[in-house]
Amino acid sequence: MSARENILNNIVANQPSLVSLPVIERNAVIDYGDRYAQFKTVLEDIGGKVELIQDIAIIKEKIIADKENGVFVINTIEDITAINEQEISLPASELEKLEKVYIKGTVGVAENGAVWIYESQMRNRLLPFICQHLVLVIDKKDIVATLHDAYDKIEIDREGFGVFIAGPSKTADIEQSLVIGAHGARSLIVYVVE
Amino acid sequence: MTAKHAALAEKFIADEPRTDWHDDTLWFVREKRDKAAHGLPEWEQLREWASQIKNHTLSNLSGYLRDFEEKATANGVIVHWVADGDEHNKIIHEIIRKHNIERIVKSKSMLTEECHLNEYLQKHNIEVIDTDLGERIVQMRKEPPSHIVLPAIHLKKEDVSNTFHEHLQTEKGNNDPQYLTEAARGHLRDKFVQSQLAITGVNFAVAETGGFVVCTNEGNADFGAHTAPVHIACMGFEKIIPKAEHLGVFLRLLARSATGQPITTYSSHFQKPRPGQEMHIVIVDNGRSKQLGREDFRNSLKCIRCAACFNTCPVYRRSGGHSYHTAVAGPIGSILNPNLDMKANADLPFASTLCGSCTNVCPVKINIHEQLWKWRQVIVAEGYVDSIKKMSMKGMAFLFSKPKVYRFTGKFGRLMMRVFPFIADNNLNVWYKQREMPEPPKESFREWYLKTGKINRKE
Amino acid sequence: MKVALFIPCYIDQFYPQVGIATLQLLEKLGCDVAFPLEQTCCGQPMANSGFASLSKGCDTNFVENFSGFDYIVAPSGSCVLHVKEHLHDAKHPQKALDIRNSVYELTEFLTDILKIESIDARFPYKVGLHNSCHGQRGLHLSSMTERMLPVFSKPEQLLNMVKDIQVFKPKRNDECCGFGGTFCVFEEAVSVKMGKDRIEEHNDNEVDYITGGDTSCLMHLEGILKRQGSKVKTIHIAEILNSVL
Repeated sequence: MSARENILNNIVANQPSLVSLPVIERNAVIDYGDRYAQFKTVLEDIGGKVELIQDIAIIKEKIIADKENGVFVINTIEDITAINEQEISLPASELEKLEKVYIKGTVGVAENGAVWIYESQMRNRLLPFICQHLVLVIDKKDIVATLHDAYDKIEIDREGFGVFIAGPSKTADIEQSLVIGAHGARSLIVYVVE
Repeated sequence: MTAKHAALAEKFIADEPRTDWHDDTLWFVREKRDKAAHGLPEWEQLREWASQIKNHTLSNLSGYLRDFEEKATANGVIVHWVADGDEHNKIIHEIIRKHNIERIVKSKSMLTEECHLNEYLQKHNIEVIDTDLGERIVQMRKEPPSHIVLPAIHLKKEDVSNTFHEHLQTEKGNNDPQYLTEAARGHLRDKFVQSQLAITGVNFAVAETGGFVVCTNEGNADFGAHTAPVHIACMGFEKIIPKAEHLGVFLRLLARSATGQPITTYSSHFQKPRPGQEMHIVIVDNGRSKQLGREDFRNSLKCIRCAACFNTCPVYRRSGGHSYHTAVAGPIGSILNPNLDMKANADLPFASTLCGSCTNVCPVKINIHEQLWKWRQVIVAEGYVDSIKKMSMKGMAFLFSKPKVYRFTGKFGRLMMRVFPFIADNNLNVWYKQREMPEPPKESFREWYLKTGKINRKE
Repeated sequence: MKVALFIPCYIDQFYPQVGIATLQLLEKLGCDVAFPLEQTCCGQPMANSGFASLSKGCDTNFVENFSGFDYIVAPSGSCVLHVKEHLHDAKHPQKALDIRNSVYELTEFLTDILKIESIDARFPYKVGLHNSCHGQRGLHLSSMTERMLPVFSKPEQLLNMVKDIQVFKPKRNDECCGFGGTFCVFEEAVSVKMGKDRIEEHNDNEVDYITGGDTSCLMHLEGILKRQGSKVKTIHIAEILNSVL
């Protein structure tokens, strides 16, 4: 018998008799009067920056300015500027020098400042993690109260990968001193489009 | 025979200022958890939901694991099942050999610690770089982690500075955490970019989708997984949860319970390998199916490895993770480890005053302190208790079942203590090491009652 | 209402004044109190050490002594909790069940059964309150900081009825003192360190006394205080409520 069969047989023999799943009463879950305000407060508390903008044109200007200054910037948001397919599929050794990346997110979560990004939005799974500075863009109407609401809005098995990102990378592993910018992005800014 | 908790704890406590620092640091983490929990009026309800979801899952574990395997396989993931740590290590070794892999990065996985993966691979001259900063630090120092979430919590910045000076040639005496983290950043980013294999743990495996979630603050799991051509995710089979929507419950509890954050920086949801990548999941038993069959202890399999129980435990905070001489220390370790090796871990359920705080902070409502009590009964029944203790317990049981003998012994004992105080006031009496003995009164309560108290009362 | 007084073994032998205060207090409050003469121990020291299997004789004796009362009251949270959770008698299962359902720790008996609103007691001192774990978490004598539930405390409620008393709580209001039964000798280093840390927090409040509902905790703290040459004394809550000095 294979290990698989052995293990499954042992589990079947030992598991307790069936009990049912609980009902998650959503009206018992917290909501926020101003979800954007909560999102901003929480994310800035954990080291991110949040800016409310009226138009994505502002972001387009920033990208163009960065490129003119010779900053290694990648944009993955189709609506803003054309996407450079060659740059997106550079090897990790090249992408290691990536200064900034702009990615569109699907939802923002007010309770924890997180933004969900699908693989199709980041285009290359490595981009949000390898860049020095991460820029995310979400629509204000897509900010939900809690993770329960977020999971209502996303399908985690729609694509091969997806991630909630809440802030720049960080660690407190050295004597509990918080250091922003561990291995991943040193900063995160989320532009919320009104 | 491995040293036991009491002896190791005594060594730890001998440095009292350092013990105070360790205790204060972890208490601070517990306070952050309290603050985060207070922020959600539905906190206690959330714990109840999580507990019930896990109870349900355990009652249909076989079904969910089959569903998970089917879906994961359909997603192009290669699923392996292994009976124990040894088989786990061998399978990973095989994959390494098949691909001629030399450069491996590993993010935090308590399961791989449990299986002693690093030691196994080292014996075969294969180097694994632990990429969680805390784990990298202890790896350089050739120590095990002392806490499942904060692996280097027992180290001060001076210790880290010395270690980095030795291994990364940082400035001697520069203890600035920012400076040290920056040095580690450069060192590890280099390793990621060059890695051929990324090994990660699994925080949650979702039966409904065949996918799994990995949570980090540093992004180290992702950095490796998205660069290396091969990704192996290792999980104990109890990490399975039924549906994607349940992640809402568990992710809301996990980081708040662990460190008081609302969520970890990255909660990565892996479904399929990236194009061109080979992705493996190793599902591990290693005693879990046995624990599942123990009615009194199967609840321990609900654990989501948040370590809230460590941070609240007054004994853990004053003895440090290394005193538990196992991969998973603290209160949860003390109810998991006796199942793996009862003899070696017979001391652990006794490393507790049964205060019950652990049970109250557990996000999935494991009745830890009750299981500690129950393990004590099992361990004694199996004979893993020293004979002097056994004798004195038998003596006590006899005494307490014979009222006259009890009274006589009590009276005699007190008399001896009054007339010959050195009988108790000496260095053989463990109590007396740092405490005075209680004053032995002339009359017991009963004697007073019969002489004085009863007179004024009708009987 | 017939009340049986259950006096834990170490109170009977080493702290009879706690038993005396309990008896006097209950009678002051109008109870008809009996003291079953052949009681010994609840069996907790053996059970917590893994030897619950040896407790049959002790349990049988307990059931014999305490059957047939409306209430059983003890000045000890841990002993009461042990009886509630573990008292069984194969020969008299109903009697054991009745006892489990009618055993009370002193403070909860006063607040929940007698429902006292005032007490004629005076204790003009600064008193630090120690929350004994088994009473607090096992019997719910007070809320705990790690749970997100309404705040309350039965011992504090009673102490606040005492005239001229000043009640202080340590910074870590519900951390264990470190006694833990045989833990106090088998893990002596941790046990004493935990006790010392409790004492330090009470010293920060400059209390004259440390009180609580469990003499086991107090005995352990007292042992350390005496070794430190401290002027701080320990006193059981029954003694304060009975104004015994």
